[in-house]
Amino acid sequence: MAAAGLVRPLDGAVTVMGALADDVSTYLKRRARWSPLEIAFWVFAFATIWLFPGKHLILTETAILALFALSLDLILGYAGIISLGQAAFFGFAGYFAGLVAKYGFIDEPVIALVVSGVAAAALGFLTSFLVLRGSDLTRLMVTLGVSLMLGELANRYSDITGGADGLQGVTIAPILGRFHFDMFGHTGYTYALIVLFVCFVIARRIVYSPFGLSLRAVKGNSLRASAIGIPIKWRLVAIYTASAFFAGIAGALLTQTTAFCSLDVLSLDRSADLLLVLIIGGTGYLYGGLIGAVIYKFLQDWVATLTPQYWQFWIGLVLVVIVLIGRQRFEGWIAGVRGAFAQLGTRQVTRPAALGSAAPDGH
Amino acid sequence: MAILETKGLEKRFGGIVAAHDVSIAIEQGARHALIGPNGAGKTTVINLLTGVLKPTAGTIMLDGRDITALDPHQRVRLGMARTFQINQLFLDLTPLETIGLAVSERLGLGGDWWRLVGSKHEVTEEIVEIAERFRLADVMHVRTATLPYGKQRLLEIALAFACRPRVLLLDEPAAGVPEAERHELLATIAALPAEVTVLLIEHDMDLVFSFADRISVLVNGSLFVDGAPEDVARDPRVRAVYLGEEADA
Repeated sequence: MAAAGLVRPLDGAVTVMGALADDVSTYLKRRARWSPLEIAFWVFAFATIWLFPGKHLILTETAILALFALSLDLILGYAGIISLGQAAFFGFAGYFAGLVAKYGFIDEPVIALVVSGVAAAALGFLTSFLVLRGSDLTRLMVTLGVSLMLGELANRYSDITGGADGLQGVTIAPILGRFHFDMFGHTGYTYALIVLFVCFVIARRIVYSPFGLSLRAVKGNSLRASAIGIPIKWRLVAIYTASAFFAGIAGALLTQTTAFCSLDVLSLDRSADLLLVLIIGGTGYLYGGLIGAVIYKFLQDWVATLTPQYWQFWIGLVLVVIVLIGRQRFEGWIAGVRGAFAQLGTRQVTRPAALGSAAPDGH
Repeated sequence: MAILETKGLEKRFGGIVAAHDVSIAIEQGARHALIGPNGAGKTTVINLLTGVLKPTAGTIMLDGRDITALDPHQRVRLGMARTFQINQLFLDLTPLETIGLAVSERLGLGGDWWRLVGSKHEVTEEIVEIAERFRLADVMHVRTATLPYGKQRLLEIALAFACRPRVLLLDEPAAGVPEAERHELLATIAALPAEVTVLLIEHDMDLVFSFADRISVLVNGSLFVDGAPEDVARDPRVRAVYLGEEADA
């Protein structure tokens, strides 16, 4: 009987039941363990600080895009909320960070960053009630509508935002009072990468928590989720708010590393690019946004040097090819990457063969 | 004393009356069956009781408290859980995670976003207990989508049971279960703790008459007969509209 494999050697005091419970606990927690592949990913990410010192400006953009995509993955990949208005939070916090720096409300960038994120989260909380109900299509429209309204507000109140000229005169104080931003973006990149990592760790914590599991339940079967006592509405409000927080951090990071903020932070293009990034990288395993951002930025950079004017043609072509390759093959590829990430951490465990199909995030 | 009681429950979908003046009282600890021909409104009644549907008129009382306006998840917290006629499971999760969800939620830990799943001992102990009771211990780590149908049916009940309900609503628990896996399922249902009140909706008359100590018959959305199994079996009207073919066979 396979269940026998669950029972660990007993040491007298422990009952069979207790041992089983311990085993269940270990099993559940094991899925959240960092796999060697993940560790390698982050070691390499930080190594780029020294490996590509000449590329720090574009790498900073990549890190910010990755964080932004991570924020969308939290709602799209884990809660099934599709959005075309993630730029609302990105841009709102971007302007917020710019204004607090410009007028010297908060001098220290890290504190300003967190406060900007919280401001975006507040906006996310308020607008979350609009996306609770309705189909994917209504959610697309509502999220798009909110970001369009914000974009026009920023345009209209140009005395505050600088309008089409962008927010001028922003100076960002040294980080923690010590590390000055430099024109080559060395400080900026290190800063962005650390922020990305910290946010990733928090997001990772969230998705492996009981709260994160309940989101997957809501996404998988909301009828049953409510039938086992999960307050769906509040779970969605919570993750939408958290997602807005991360999007806001990304937006504030852009303002801080460029000492500038313009209307395009609120543009539809920005939200749409984000969906592209997640389509390229895949959703629901957290690394999709990161990998997607790297591929997207690399493509953009590479193609732009070949044909500066028409680079979007090639991005479009890549998108069409991805779709033509076939959804199934594409998903299989994602599942492969996801499986590798998920299983590397659990491979030491001896389990019935069926375990292979029980990979934590195996969809 | 009735633990679950409805008064004049009514549900209309446009011009269609799916439930009409349903007043039913389910006694504490009862094994109550709700039967009726196809389309009689049995599942509508379950959906009204659990809050999936809101009634057009009437009230629902759980343990003396009016729950008519409450959301489904709030009714679960007050001690009412259900299973579904067609499996409603989390196919991408394992039984372990699935049961864990219900247990965490009941213990108020479901919103915990910082601790890892599985770090609370009271949760894992209860998962093990429920998995053993519902004979799922050997498939705890298997993705639900790949479980045999009979095991999925067991998980369906285990999940409702994990909410520690005082009232458990079973919507055709044996539906579609192959003969070979049937015995395990029926034995598990029969072994439910006596203090849990069970409302069973079922087509299978053998199961109904072997299990229930009280039977309500629903026809065309209205309560037709309500009584002890032997009275219901003997009632000529019931034989005519519902048991007809089986009783006369």
